[in-house]
Amino acid sequence: MTRIGRLFENLKRSGGKGLIAYITAGDPTPEHTPALVEALERGGADLIELGVPFSDPIADGPVIQRAGERALRAGTTLRKVLDIAREVRRRSEIPLLLFTYLNPVLRYGLEALAKDAAASGIDGCLLTDASVEEAGEYVRIMRAAGLDTVFLAAPTSSPRRQRLVAQYSSGFVYLVSHTGVTGERETLSDAVGPLVRSMRSITELPLAVGFGISRPEHVAELGQQVEAVVVGSAIMHLIERNLDNPSLEVQLESFARELKHGFEMAKAGAHRP
Amino acid sequence: MTPQPDAGGHFGSYGGRYVPEVLMSPLEELERAFCEAREDPAFHAELDELLHTYAGRPTPLYFARRLTQTLGGARIYLKREDLLHTGAHKINNCLGQVLIARRMGKKRVIAETGAGQHGVATATVCALFGLECVVYMGEEDMRRQRLNVFRMRLLGAKVVAVSNGSRTLKDAISEAMRDWVTNVATTHYLLGSALGSHPYPLMVREFHKVMGEEARAQIQQAEQRLPDAVFACVGGGSNAIGIFHAFIPDRSVGLIGVEAGGRSARLGEHAARFSGGSPGVLQGARSYLLQDENGQVSLTHSVSAGLDYALVGPEHAWLHDTGRAEYVSIGDRQALDAARMLSQTEGIIPALESAHAVAEAASRASQAKGQVFVVNLSGRGDKDIDIYRENFRELDS
Repeated sequence: MTRIGRLFENLKRSGGKGLIAYITAGDPTPEHTPALVEALERGGADLIELGVPFSDPIADGPVIQRAGERALRAGTTLRKVLDIAREVRRRSEIPLLLFTYLNPVLRYGLEALAKDAAASGIDGCLLTDASVEEAGEYVRIMRAAGLDTVFLAAPTSSPRRQRLVAQYSSGFVYLVSHTGVTGERETLSDAVGPLVRSMRSITELPLAVGFGISRPEHVAELGQQVEAVVVGSAIMHLIERNLDNPSLEVQLESFARELKHGFEMAKAGAHRP
Repeated sequence: MTPQPDAGGHFGSYGGRYVPEVLMSPLEELERAFCEAREDPAFHAELDELLHTYAGRPTPLYFARRLTQTLGGARIYLKREDLLHTGAHKINNCLGQVLIARRMGKKRVIAETGAGQHGVATATVCALFGLECVVYMGEEDMRRQRLNVFRMRLLGAKVVAVSNGSRTLKDAISEAMRDWVTNVATTHYLLGSALGSHPYPLMVREFHKVMGEEARAQIQQAEQRLPDAVFACVGGGSNAIGIFHAFIPDRSVGLIGVEAGGRSARLGEHAARFSGGSPGVLQGARSYLLQDENGQVSLTHSVSAGLDYALVGPEHAWLHDTGRAEYVSIGDRQALDAARMLSQTEGIIPALESAHAVAEAASRASQAKGQVFVVNLSGRGDKDIDIYRENFRELDS
């Protein structure tokens, strides 16, 4: 079992919920990323998605697009992201999930990546544009190296597709809260409730919800329905506003803490709909 | 050998469906709608009527007598897609897809455009059917194809400038895909080339294969035989796959796709995917891709906006690997010179894209005495007048 599996077992035992923090590795530079990951962990993040920048991120909104452009300009490559993971691993056991698009992975080579990622302390991988139909070989190779493969389910996914996504996923299933690209939103979409209920009837795997979640109140609301929530663009937006600010790490830590506090708000019943 | 993709939309190991999960069910829905339409005689009757009375099909196959004499070799015929309504072959696919969109009840159509020909054709069919139309276009392409931007607006479309990345076709497609992901319930993405995820490469080919079917019958009428070679330019590859398709079973007919050689063979200075690229995945499909050693997509260059793209359509990748078609490249300068030659020998100003195919045919013609060539003249050059002026300054005093 990977660190991801153990995380969700521990959460289940303790009755807790997980905060998943997405960060574009290499923004503003690859050298910064380990410290930013550690700040998020100190603030209460339970799992880190390490985004590997890609030149053509069709699933991402403007904030993560810009983060990726900065990271690419700073010379970030998949190989460097594995170095970042190794660096984080020297001090931390936080689960790490690679989050990227298929082409950089194909170019690196599936076998080589599985071997190198596992050796770098990566626990799993999510490829935004790898549909389950195209993912057979990838899943086989990653699993053989002891890595989890996380897939997305969307509000548009038919029941047949939801079953396929559950079958191909390990660690957890990532539910997309609304149809659209990544990015902060004022309010949560009501499309996710039916998707959560439907996935519950299909799989025992833990469920995480992401896309558009940017505030403690969102975390509070979703925390009642799923095991974990993912925050990405709001984190990258904070980084973007503080690229040269020496207090960036402190701010990230306190933002993670606020988000994590959302789960407590939910427990206290403050935001029961 | 008439190629059909497998159930997952693969031509050999190319094509397929590489998109975010949000788009998978919509692609399945589109595939169902397309397959049902394809079996429906009423759909074909309406499409054929529109192609005939609105777009101007069939287009002539014209014997280019003075061009042939000038080159002194092969007899060269031009398939005159430049005479179609809106000025290029793109209208064939747009009419087909707008009928599909209507069958699916979509009220909003989005499209990407490079040279602007597909954007104009999409804006045209949306005006014809009263649909809302949004066209994404790279800022760099808007600059070099200003006339087409205005035409789209005059036709009632909204043109959205894309300022990401290289600000060309690739970035316009990414932005259109982001719109589609967001508005998929109401919106049809009218993709303009034989690119993207299944069913697009198949569907776009089916709507363009009429070019090859007409040309095959016309050349037999004119020459009492099949041609020795068929030439077409290849950006995404829709005009090429459209004219090649009917000739694929005719093993004696050479199929020659002409990519943009740009300024040089250095990565970033051309769009020659076969000689300069390797298999990869971009914007929904696996095919030959211009990319760096880390799998980042390369910038491309061509004087012709319509060929300036990093991935080639997946069926072309398969035709390349099986050896059924041959792919070469023509540089900016040769294409410009071919455009001038065609203008002055035949009185036909070609689109810069099509000029690449003319240049390749011209370069082979003198060594091919007794042979018959067909060149797909996929578009006319009105939209390129500013670029021709910049490059032929001696004519513009």
